[in-house]
Amino acid sequence: MSTASATGNATTTVAAVVPDTRSKLISGLAEAIIGALALWGFGLSSRVGDNTHTLFGLKFDPNQVGGLSPISAPSQPVALALSSLAILCGLVRAFAPMTRKVQIWVDGVYFASIVLAFLVWVAAGSTVGLNIPSIIALTAAGAVPLILGSLSGLLCERSGVVNIAIEGQFLFGAFSAVITASSTGSLWAGAIAGCLGGALMGSLLAVFANRYLIEQVVLGVVLNLLALGITGFLYKSLMQTNQSSYNSVSQFDSFRIPGLASIWVIGPVLFDQPLIIYLTVFLVVLVHLGLFRTRWGLRTRAVGEHPAAADTVGIKVLRLRYRNVMLGGAFAGLGGAWLVGNVGNFTEAMTNGKGFIALAAVIFGRWSPFGALAAAGLFGFTDALANQTSSLQLPVPSDLLSTLPYVATLFAVAGLIGRVRAPAADGKPYIKG
Amino acid sequence: VSTPEPEKNEAAAAAKSATAAPQPQPEGPSRDWGVIIRNVFTAENSAMVTFLAIVLALVVGAIMIVLSSTDTMNKLGYFFAAPGDFLSSAWNEISSAYSSLFKGAIFDPATISGTPDQFFGPISNTLEYATPLIFGGLAISVAFRAGMFNIGGQGQLIVGAIFASYVGFSWTALPGALHMIVAVLAGIVGGMLYGGIVGWLKAKRGAHEVIVTIMLNYVALLFLGGWLLNTSVFHNPAAAGQAISKPAASSAVLPHLFGDQLFTDIGLLFALAAAFGVAWFFKRSKLGFEVRAVGLRPSAARTAGINVSRVQIASMLISGALMGLIGVTQTLGLANPNNNSLSPNIDAGLGFSAITVALLGRTKPWGVVGASLLFGALQAGGALMQTQAQVSIEIITVIQALIVIFVAAPQLVKEIFRLRAHRIDTGKGGEEAPPSVDPFHTTETITVAGGEE
Repeated sequence: MSTASATGNATTTVAAVVPDTRSKLISGLAEAIIGALALWGFGLSSRVGDNTHTLFGLKFDPNQVGGLSPISAPSQPVALALSSLAILCGLVRAFAPMTRKVQIWVDGVYFASIVLAFLVWVAAGSTVGLNIPSIIALTAAGAVPLILGSLSGLLCERSGVVNIAIEGQFLFGAFSAVITASSTGSLWAGAIAGCLGGALMGSLLAVFANRYLIEQVVLGVVLNLLALGITGFLYKSLMQTNQSSYNSVSQFDSFRIPGLASIWVIGPVLFDQPLIIYLTVFLVVLVHLGLFRTRWGLRTRAVGEHPAAADTVGIKVLRLRYRNVMLGGAFAGLGGAWLVGNVGNFTEAMTNGKGFIALAAVIFGRWSPFGALAAAGLFGFTDALANQTSSLQLPVPSDLLSTLPYVATLFAVAGLIGRVRAPAADGKPYIKG
Repeated sequence: VSTPEPEKNEAAAAAKSATAAPQPQPEGPSRDWGVIIRNVFTAENSAMVTFLAIVLALVVGAIMIVLSSTDTMNKLGYFFAAPGDFLSSAWNEISSAYSSLFKGAIFDPATISGTPDQFFGPISNTLEYATPLIFGGLAISVAFRAGMFNIGGQGQLIVGAIFASYVGFSWTALPGALHMIVAVLAGIVGGMLYGGIVGWLKAKRGAHEVIVTIMLNYVALLFLGGWLLNTSVFHNPAAAGQAISKPAASSAVLPHLFGDQLFTDIGLLFALAAAFGVAWFFKRSKLGFEVRAVGLRPSAARTAGINVSRVQIASMLISGALMGLIGVTQTLGLANPNNNSLSPNIDAGLGFSAITVALLGRTKPWGVVGASLLFGALQAGGALMQTQAQVSIEIITVIQALIVIFVAAPQLVKEIFRLRAHRIDTGKGGEEAPPSVDPFHTTETITVAGGEE
């Protein structure tokens, strides 16, 4: 994975300044052009014409009597204002000199205004409108496995092992979770079994990558295949005939945090949720602090960047890699447990490529825990949006709209983010001596 | 089942000495990504390790078959009272599964007196299953040799299939064979364009090819299933409510290769031609040389005056074109179950199985062909095994994955077999060479002295 940086370095050192301003100009103009398209598509379309209003529901449970009444916004003016703001952001980004920090803020405002303009356009004229709290809740539920998976990828790659096998760790975790939870009747036992199942897949990755030195990207793909085969085989031979005793779990109970749960709009959505959601956010913070503030983190990063140097100062390179990969596997396994807890049962290949999205979140988030959190949140949000807008009469099918996050990621990887740099020793086995 | 016979021990020893052939080329500690990639796939490995890997994978598969049979496992409950019950039941399970695997893949002894079509039926199924894998394995190999990892086979073959399908059902004015040729070319162009995007983004914008290919896979998949198949241009009005395209005209369909009763189309010839072409490309062409040089060490290649960006784009174009050919055989070939029309799951996971085939074939064109034949045989046999022995076809996925893992980790295979060799024959102990730190993939220096000779 480091060929990108290897090929990139040579060109950037030769002419560091020129391509940078040029790419800033190009990406800014691209943003402005997309903003102009949004102005035309969202602000000037017939959908928002005729004094149409857009409803944004604020009650999590729409059948609740009383409570907050929905916000009604005049569609056309709001959509026009938001898209103009987006164009402005693009132009500012293209032509005004700014520091990196300001640029991130400008990008954030740009992105938010485009998304809002889209929402105003999507729900224009609908009598039901968009339910904001349920979008938030769906986003959180969809992001949890992605966050856990990307933490797995992060821990592995920071210590120098490429982890394409997140998908397999999800599947194995989900399978162990469902079979344990169904036979013991306790979902928490299932969650622990999910962690162990994920860790088992993680240990396979660690052993074959570090001891048998298999090329790690290939190894990940093969392990995914292995997990798919084993879980699929056992599903068909064990579970399918006996769904009730092997394959049925209850959902995770929600846990209400007193005080925070009564915050306006977001309170009931974000603070009356299953414990795993809080645990996930806690883990993100924990991994961040661990990586950048503790001895373990310093060692992990050292092993990921320059294992030989780390070895010289007495760090046990392989032992650290084994531990981190297995810990990562356990995280992903918990994500798998969440997936079955969310649906209620296991189905063949149920992860459906989520492991790869988690991997994308790792790279998109530049190998940092909070970056991964943001990227996973973005993917979760677009999924939630596709889910919520599928019932509205759209001129574009919602499946096509759900390609947007992937296209956006492409643009981001190609333009906004530019050359991302993986940990230097990522994917290279360490051979002592 | 896995009791080692003396032959196997000798085989293990032979395998060991074969890989341990001294190649004294001391190399510095600098280990480039490209070097690693290339060595994984191109380092010598004896055929015996591959054979033992297949045996091991089948043994693990047999254990899974027994474990999954509740009937047999019940007999395990009173194993010590009547061990014969369990053993014979387990043996029946395994032998019925694997004999139907063989009958489905190679030939069925019962058809010896039958017609040639019956006799060659299983083999032709195997060839048909192997065809897309050959394309895919070659595609992965070309990208890999240039130091790139193409996970985007799914997207590239989908775009290829879209192009081929469109030409197949709409350009019916073209006469006979020309129609088919144009449809095949369209598929190639489709895959090529989609692969080229990856190469361009990687070379010019520094985008990570793994993330780009993953994203492009989703875009292609959602574009096809969510929108394209419901448009009036593509959607088949006869199949209301189903996301399925119009069937390709019969003039665009790939004809049978061995007669109408046998399930092999001329896609196989394309695949063999592609293998030949890629072999020539690597061995003889200038671009192929440059691709290998870039894969080995991009910085050195650049110093030597090779345009690295151009080579990366070119290798992704070729890789995408080969993936596009899978799209062609999936839509216009006999493998298509829907009367040669396009459906959302046209890719059938081939973009990913191609990676395993490439690994098994060590990215060598003819190695890829061999690996594809093996995996094609497993697929064809697995289909019969599912219907005849009621063993679900997922076991084939497990066996395939295990074969690849064992082949990629020959040290593990040797350890497994050597372990038993020690128990039986202790005379050779004492002078055992330490396990190679570097079995065969990551460096070219192998310093293991043959301790067992």
